[in-house]
Amino acid sequence: MAEITLSQATQQALDEAMAADPTVLVFGEDVADPEGGGIMGSTAGLSTKYGSRVRSTPISEQAIAGAAVGAAIAGMRPVAEIMLMNFITVAMDMIVNHAAKTRFMSGGKTAVPLTIRTMSGAGIGAGGQHSDMYEAWLAHVPGLKVVVPSNAADQKALLKSCIFDDDPCIFVETTYIQFMKGEVPADYEAPLGKAKVSREGTDVSIIGYGRPILDALAVAEKLAAEGISVEVVDLRTVMPWDQETVFKSVAKTKRAVTLHEAVVQFGVGAEISSRIHEELFDTLKAPVQRVGSMNTIVPYSAPLEQNFMWSQDKIEAAIRRTLERK
Amino acid sequence: MTRPNAAAGPEELIKIYRTSTLIKQTDESIRGLLRRGRLQANYYSPRGQEIVAAAMAATLQPDDYVVTIYRGLHDHLAKGVPLKALMAEYFGKVDGSCKGKGGCMHITHPEAGVMVTTGIVGSGMPIANGLALASQERKDGRVTVTNFGDGATNIGSFHESMNLASLWKLPVVFLCQNNLFAEHTATELCTAGNIVDRAKGYAMPGILVDGNDPEAMYAAAREAVDRARDGEGPTLIEARTFRFEGHNYGDPSSYIPKEMMAEAKANDPVPKLRALLIERGIATEDEVAKIDADAATEIAEAVTFAQESPYPDVAENLSDVYAHVLENA
Repeated sequence: MAEITLSQATQQALDEAMAADPTVLVFGEDVADPEGGGIMGSTAGLSTKYGSRVRSTPISEQAIAGAAVGAAIAGMRPVAEIMLMNFITVAMDMIVNHAAKTRFMSGGKTAVPLTIRTMSGAGIGAGGQHSDMYEAWLAHVPGLKVVVPSNAADQKALLKSCIFDDDPCIFVETTYIQFMKGEVPADYEAPLGKAKVSREGTDVSIIGYGRPILDALAVAEKLAAEGISVEVVDLRTVMPWDQETVFKSVAKTKRAVTLHEAVVQFGVGAEISSRIHEELFDTLKAPVQRVGSMNTIVPYSAPLEQNFMWSQDKIEAAIRRTLERK
Repeated sequence: MTRPNAAAGPEELIKIYRTSTLIKQTDESIRGLLRRGRLQANYYSPRGQEIVAAAMAATLQPDDYVVTIYRGLHDHLAKGVPLKALMAEYFGKVDGSCKGKGGCMHITHPEAGVMVTTGIVGSGMPIANGLALASQERKDGRVTVTNFGDGATNIGSFHESMNLASLWKLPVVFLCQNNLFAEHTATELCTAGNIVDRAKGYAMPGILVDGNDPEAMYAAAREAVDRARDGEGPTLIEARTFRFEGHNYGDPSSYIPKEMMAEAKANDPVPKLRALLIERGIATEDEVAKIDADAATEIAEAVTFAQESPYPDVAENLSDVYAHVLENA
């Protein structure tokens, strides 16, 4: 099976969606072919193939997100690109006050089936304003769905699921891994709200999503040599998250670690940890541990940035903390 | 390219009078209900701005899109939102246009073309561009009108939207209802230069019009709507008008000079149009009196309907958040 990059997975998902449904529109900064087909090449070839359905926009995040809201209300399926997740702050009114609330406030008269693609993540020396993961902000807003894939197959399948979903979806691509390759089976599908058990284990469950899943898998491999069996659950969809799969895994292993790239405080891991305690307190052998990034601004200097980020060492230490209690 | 100045004929003027009378009387009814404690709502009266909405709507097709703001009663009624559904929504009742879940600041009625009513100043314009983009791609011939106040012209989304609409030649009309005050602050204290002049910066036509003059307002609206429908792109209309009731219900509007208010009320545009219809022989006193009486009857029926409609079931709290109710919500 041919391997493709995550960026190519995005391109294929958009191409197939646009070919299948004439209501799918793509717009954002630099996305058309004369402008390079997106800074990662994720939209390459699409404007040549689909004409005005693919448009480069001015650097105007409110206008981009607003046009996506309006087009979606009018019955289209727009895929708007907000180049980097930090720039979502500029478009927050459109996303939080309008995309998320319109279905409810209209009593179900109008829907907003839009997808906002955005990208972020630390580890590339981009400093404080181009590296943040804000999925917890968005997951906290009723009405939004939030998706963070960790590999090429899921990135392609989940993006298509977002595009054809009838709710507003925020699709977060992690900058650092966009040129990583992976196999993408032709008929592979990934529904929203369903987690994937990426590795089965019996001693402790790691529940995460996005790039840190790769580190969780590496740590699981390392600890297997010691006879420690780690189960890795890739949530894939942050909101709504797959409680059934998570509870089933933790009921089996009786120990859990939550893992994400965003800072630990008030993060998605706090919600998952709390829910595990509510549902499985009597079966747990140890308190749920949380791993994420340090509560600071993403720094520029390389050693500081590495220190800020989650790491395989931090994941391993969290696993060992859960194993201290028998 | 200049367009023939399609003038409002007798039929249009009567239509504008009928609409503006319904708006004026509905507003008076709502304020009466609020005053007597029969209704509790954050209400933003459009009293004084009726002609702007009525004349604009007289140029639109039923399936054209309208986006408006929390001060939107006039735009809703002008575009044809049924009064019963509108009134029931004000009361938060299940027969409201949005099942009572939106409220008076968030009216949606797609059958009438009212797609969005936003409570956030300046937020309607970027969304209107998206509605217009959908029409442009579908080639369905619809025009989108986005209404906003003078205060909204200072928020970034106004500038971003004007630029994008002009670049893409979107079939959208930017209708600034300049009532001379942004909340409590006079426009000249918070807005540099003339609003209409901002059109030049975005390479689109700008029309300054007396929004309280039905013939002038109709002509301006007609020109902008026709341009949009013909694929020539957006227009900014600055319609000068005035609000008689302060920013929100209960605002004593002490920041408005007394003489200014008195002069505006002396020039109340709705009775002025009534007098014009009679003076020109377009309608008799009896005919306009019937229009007035019909509005009163319709409003009384709508208020009764709204009061008698039940509240929505509390299960509605979890429906319409997503397309399907999520488990463990």
